[in-house]
Amino acid sequence: MKLGRIIGRVVADRKHESFEGVKLLLIQPLDSHRQPSGDVLVGMDVVRAGEGDLIFYESSKEAGQALPNWFHPGDVAIMGIIDHIEGIDAETTGGA
Amino acid sequence: MLLAKVIANVVADTKIDDYKNLKIMMVQEIDHTGRDNGKMVLAVDHAQAGIGDTVIICDEGGSARMLLDTPTIMTIRTVIAGIVDEVTLDPDG
Repeated sequence: MKLGRIIGRVVADRKHESFEGVKLLLIQPLDSHRQPSGDVLVGMDVVRAGEGDLIFYESSKEAGQALPNWFHPGDVAIMGIIDHIEGIDAETTGGA
Repeated sequence: MLLAKVIANVVADTKIDDYKNLKIMMVQEIDHTGRDNGKMVLAVDHAQAGIGDTVIICDEGGSARMLLDTPTIMTIRTVIAGIVDEVTLDPDG
């Protein structure tokens, strides 16, 4: 899994049927200091994340298995909303 | 498999059901000399690892499911498989 922050939403009217009803969000990957690290991704949301949320996501084939129809072609899934991270920067743990 | 150092514990209340009872740790990948290679990843803990421990991680879905012995298919890829006590390098290598 990787660490990221939700920075926006993607709306697509015409799409493959497997993406019907799947909310697509923009993810900025982050490093351990919560600084942007790498290109922005489009992820499938299964945990009702919202803009600004600190999240963890999975990429590759494993991502599709997070959806109810697990044999899914999507390759990035948002799997959880992080409340805090214990151990690296205590002063920012409350500000997830 | 890769060597990594555990740097933090990730707490998330809202997550997919498969992860309800799993502990997630933030690990920094390191090389054989212990040097940070700049890559950080979140891993499911299957070795009761703690912050500061050097660990072995598996970063592949099939291996991850086998390690956790999960009968159902789940979205999992990176798992802490063991805690490293010592790394010895061949002095002639």
